[in-house]
Amino acid sequence: MSTVPDDLQYSKEHEWVRADGDVATIGITHFAQEQLGDVVFVELPEKGATVRQFSSLGVVESVKAASDIYAPISGEVVERNVKVMEKPELVNTAPYGDGWMIKVRLADKGELTQLLSPTDYRSHIGETAGAGGD
Amino acid sequence: MATEAPTMRRTPLYDRHAELGAKMVPFAGYEMPIQYEGIVAEHRAVRGRAGLFDLSHMGEFFFKGRGAGATLDRLISSDIAGLAVGQARYGLLTNERGTIVDDVIVYRISEGEYMVVVNAANIAKDRAHVLARLGEDVAFDDRSYGTALVAIQGPRAVEILASTTDADVRTLPAFGVTHGRVAGSRATIARTGYTGEDGFEVFVANAEADKVWDALLGAGREAGMKPIGLGARDTLRLEARFSLYGNDIDETTDPIEAGLGWTCKLDKEFTGRDVIAAKKAAGPKRKIAGLVIQGGVGRHGHEVAHEGDVVGRVTSGTYGPTVEKNIALAYVPTPLSKIGTALAVRIRGKDVPATVVKTPFYRRPE
Repeated sequence: MSTVPDDLQYSKEHEWVRADGDVATIGITHFAQEQLGDVVFVELPEKGATVRQFSSLGVVESVKAASDIYAPISGEVVERNVKVMEKPELVNTAPYGDGWMIKVRLADKGELTQLLSPTDYRSHIGETAGAGGD
Repeated sequence: MATEAPTMRRTPLYDRHAELGAKMVPFAGYEMPIQYEGIVAEHRAVRGRAGLFDLSHMGEFFFKGRGAGATLDRLISSDIAGLAVGQARYGLLTNERGTIVDDVIVYRISEGEYMVVVNAANIAKDRAHVLARLGEDVAFDDRSYGTALVAIQGPRAVEILASTTDADVRTLPAFGVTHGRVAGSRATIARTGYTGEDGFEVFVANAEADKVWDALLGAGREAGMKPIGLGARDTLRLEARFSLYGNDIDETTDPIEAGLGWTCKLDKEFTGRDVIAAKKAAGPKRKIAGLVIQGGVGRHGHEVAHEGDVVGRVTSGTYGPTVEKNIALAYVPTPLSKIGTALAVRIRGKDVPATVVKTPFYRRPE
């Protein structure tokens, strides 16, 4: 699996977005989980809450430290990943799969244009031609 | 010299850490490995099998001569006069105010010689403290920067170490200390540690560190031993409820409130004894308590609340990979330190429920 999948968009704060119609899934990147180390706690907004682009939506805690998760796009939370709250290590083992964080109903699809493409995100984290992160 | 720019020290094993892909961080003036593979994997390796630690940043003071035992007995809270050759004991370096200058282990390595292992961050401070209070007939030697320390900890540590040494480590009792060769190098070997597991600490000259490290790592490969960074060292020690100097104890805390009254032999003379005895008799106003937090990781400095009022602060906190709980230590008013008391830890502005529990959080199976 690529550490920066080609079918996603990214934020500079290391979140990813998978837009599907007017609903988008949000998570943190492989690079982010690697920097954090073992994730042991995830705090997410409840269904119905509103998140704003580039504002904190929740927190991931690793053994070492707590880090904010920033919303890469604005919208209403339609689902949060209860599984990742119960098993935070999913953030490490499957950051683009079962380790997703929330799904939101997009408030403004135009915001997606402010995100990074996979190529831009790769250069943002200093990764070249699909080599491993870090 | 005071005008020199501060430079980070490196242990003699620095290149080994780089080869092993460790993440290095500044710690107590040293560049130290915080993790290799990951804190949780390393933590589990020590609990289940074995782990190897570079602790060469720790300080080693040597006291030699007829007056060495008497000097140390006055400097340190625990019973050093009663220490036999080949025994080690945990104790506190205390000051006249009865607070904690450092926590140390004293090893009686021969009839007339003792080694005291001190925290890396406290080497200069402890040296000054000791030199100002040296007794008669004792020679003091600070060999901190020439001595390497490799710790091997975990249920399989004994067999791994035994395969590399001529010393009879299998029969060495807990807190025993002996001499021998490890991988051909002269070493002081003690059955001590900071993880809550069985294990050993191996002291060698800096020049021998590489050889000893390589031999132990090689000997432990089949058993699944891993190199362990400071990250897992912290989660291991906190589960076992060992104090961390600078976090849980310092010169503003006294042994009684820190839960270290057991290290104070109050029927002997030592620095600060009278103050500590009085504190014990009166009962401490606050006490360190073990907390389990339900829903959030407590960290050093977080406020502790009771019924909405701030009553204390977290001194150490982490997720405990073996106990699988968010655990913490905090000073709270003595009446609130009772096991079962419902408290809260203020995490990101929210009061997260926490309960006072019995410590250690983890005790190794018999």
